[in-house]
Amino acid sequence: MTESRPPLLQVRGLTVSVAGPAGRLRVLDGLELDLEEHECLGVVGESGSGKTQLLLALLGLSAPGARVEGSVRYRGEELLGAAPARLAALRGRRLAMVFQEPMRALNPYLNIATQLTEGARAHLGLGRREAEARAAELLATVQIDAPVRRLRQYPHELSGGMRQRVMLAMALMCDPEVLLLDEPTTALDVAVQAQVLDLLRAVRERTGVATLFVTHDLAVLAAIAGRVAVMYAGRMVEHAPAVELYGAPRHPYTQGLLRSLPRLDQPLDAPLAAIPGQPPDLADLPAGCAFAPRCPSRHAACAVPPAWRALSATRQVACHLDGAP
Amino acid sequence: MSATSAPLLLDVRDLEVRYALGRGRLTAVAGVSFQLPQGESLGVVGESGSGKSSIARALLRLVPARGSALFLERDLLELRGRALRATRERLQIVFQDPHGALDPRMCVADIVAEPLREFRPAAAAHRREQVQRMLARVGLGAELLGRYPHQLSGGQAQRVGIARALVLHPRLLICDEPMAALDVSIKAQIANLLREMRDALGLSLLLIAHDLPTVRYLCDRILVLYAGQVMELAGRETLFRSPLHPYTRALLAATPLPVPGRTAFAGALPDPDSLPGADAPGCRFRQRCPLALPRCGAETPRLRAVGATLVACHRADEPGMDETHPAP
Repeated sequence: MTESRPPLLQVRGLTVSVAGPAGRLRVLDGLELDLEEHECLGVVGESGSGKTQLLLALLGLSAPGARVEGSVRYRGEELLGAAPARLAALRGRRLAMVFQEPMRALNPYLNIATQLTEGARAHLGLGRREAEARAAELLATVQIDAPVRRLRQYPHELSGGMRQRVMLAMALMCDPEVLLLDEPTTALDVAVQAQVLDLLRAVRERTGVATLFVTHDLAVLAAIAGRVAVMYAGRMVEHAPAVELYGAPRHPYTQGLLRSLPRLDQPLDAPLAAIPGQPPDLADLPAGCAFAPRCPSRHAACAVPPAWRALSATRQVACHLDGAP
Repeated sequence: MSATSAPLLLDVRDLEVRYALGRGRLTAVAGVSFQLPQGESLGVVGESGSGKSSIARALLRLVPARGSALFLERDLLELRGRALRATRERLQIVFQDPHGALDPRMCVADIVAEPLREFRPAAAAHRREQVQRMLARVGLGAELLGRYPHQLSGGQAQRVGIARALVLHPRLLICDEPMAALDVSIKAQIANLLREMRDALGLSLLLIAHDLPTVRYLCDRILVLYAGQVMELAGRETLFRSPLHPYTRALLAATPLPVPGRTAFAGALPDPDSLPGADAPGCRFRQRCPLALPRCGAETPRLRAVGATLVACHRADEPGMDETHPAP
C-alpha cells in the first residue's frame, strides 16, 4: 500500500497567546506551514510579527504561561503536548536551532569544545574524544581554520562571523533533519553575512538538511530560500515560491516591503515608497485585516479579517485583494 | 554646483583617533581626510571596527582626536568653551538607538525644546510654536507633545531625535546609522524624511552606515573606510559605476539583492581575523585582498586620484580594473 509520506514538519492552526497587562495577546495566530525534506523555507517579518515565536513554539520552548494551540507534527508525530523527555530527545538531535546573537547563545565560561560536544555526547552517546574529533571536523566544514586549536578557545576569542559559524557547527553536530535559523546573519557585517550564506548553501547541498530561515531581511532570503512566507502581526499574510513572491508579490504588505528596500540595481534617484504608519500593537489590533490601517488598497471588505486562501497549488494569501471574492 | 566650486562646509585633514587599550593603543581612525562642500552629503561606509563612528564622535568632540577639522572655517578640534558651544548650534547629530538617545524623563515637547532653551533663551515666547512646527515637519502630530520616550515606537522616537537635531537649523547633520535599529517598514520612512529635510533645509548630511544601499540613497559622495583608513572616495555615480578599490568591489558584490537566485559573492573577503598594526607599512586590506602583490605588504598605498575617484590601491590604475567588478 502506498501512502504519501507526511511532510517533515507540518504546522496547522498554530496559535500562541501570552498574558498581557490587558488580557491575552496572540503572538501567533493560526499559522499553517509545511516543511518538506531538503528544502529551505524562508519566513520574513518585522519585530512583533511572530517569526521568533514560531521557532520557539516548534521546539516546545514558548515562554512559561504561554498557551499553545493547534498542531505541530514532525514526521506525523504530534509535538504539541508531547512529553518533555520526547521533546528533549528531538531538540538538538532532529531539530536544531541557530540563534541570532551568537555571543549571547554561547556560554562565555565554557570553551568551544565543551559547548560543541555537549549535544553529541548526550544524544549520540559519543565519548569525549570521538565527540571532539567530530567537532573539529565540523569546524573545518564551516571553514574555521586550525579547528583543533579553536576547540580550546573561548567565545570572546572569536570574531562575530566565527562565532556564528561555531553556532552552525554546533547545530550540525548530531546531523539534524531540520535546521531552524533565527536571523543568523543579522548581527554580521555584509561581507561576513555573504560568507555565512555561502556556507549555509554548501552545508545544505552536502547534508540535505531542511531549513527554516527566519529573518526581517527579504534581500538575504532571496539568496537562499526556495519558498517564502511573510508574517505580519502574528499571522501569515502571504506564501509563495520565492521567484513568484519577489517577482509578483500579491499582498500589499509584501509589495510595500519590496518597494521600501533601497537597492543597488535601482536608478540612482528613484524614491523609496515607504509603508506609512507603524507595525500594530498586538494588544490593540484592528478588528479586520491587521494591515488595513497602513494599506494603500484597503476597502470596505477589509473590516472583516481576510481568510487564508489558495491562489494556486503553491501559493496562498490572506487578503481580500481589491474586493475579489 | 560642482563639488569643487562650492565653498567647503567641512574640511577634515589627517584625522586620527586613538583609544587606550590595556597596555597598548588602538588606532581607530588613522589619518582620514575629506572635504564636504556646502549643501552636499557624504556617506561614510565601512564594517564594524572600521572607525566610522569614531569619525563622527571626533567631529562632535566626544573623543579626543588629532589632525584638523575646519567647519565653517573654524577648527572643531581646537575649539573650547563658548566657541565650541556656539558651533554645536550648527552641527547636530542623530544617533542609531532612537530610544537610547532620548532622556526617558522628558516629554517630547521638552526634548525638542531643549536646544532652543539652551541656545535661544530669550525667545521663550515662540518656543512652543517652533517645537510644534518642527514636529509637524518630521511628521509627528501635536498629540505626541506630552508623551514620554517609552510611549513612542522606534520610528516615532527617531523622528523626535531628528526634530531635536533640526530645531536650531544646523548646517551639518551627522547621522550615525540612523536606520539600523528600525523595523524594515520604518527604515524607508526615516530615509525619506532625511532626504526631504536635506533638500528643504539645504542641509548637509554626514551619514555613517554599514551598508552601501543606504548611502547610495542619501549621499552625493561616498567614502569607503577600512581599518581606519580611506580606501576610496568618489561621487556616487562614479563609485557605483566603476568602483576601483578591491574592498569597495567586494562590499558591492556581497550586498544582497532581493532577487531570487542571485547569490551574493563572498569569496574575496575572508574574516578580518587580524589586522596589520596601524604603523606597520603596507595596505591594511592586503590580507583579505584577492589582488594583493608583494608590494602591497611593503609600501602603504597613498590616497590618489584615478579619474574622478580618490583611491588608495597600488593597482587601481591598471588597465581593466574599473571593469572587472561583479556588477549587482
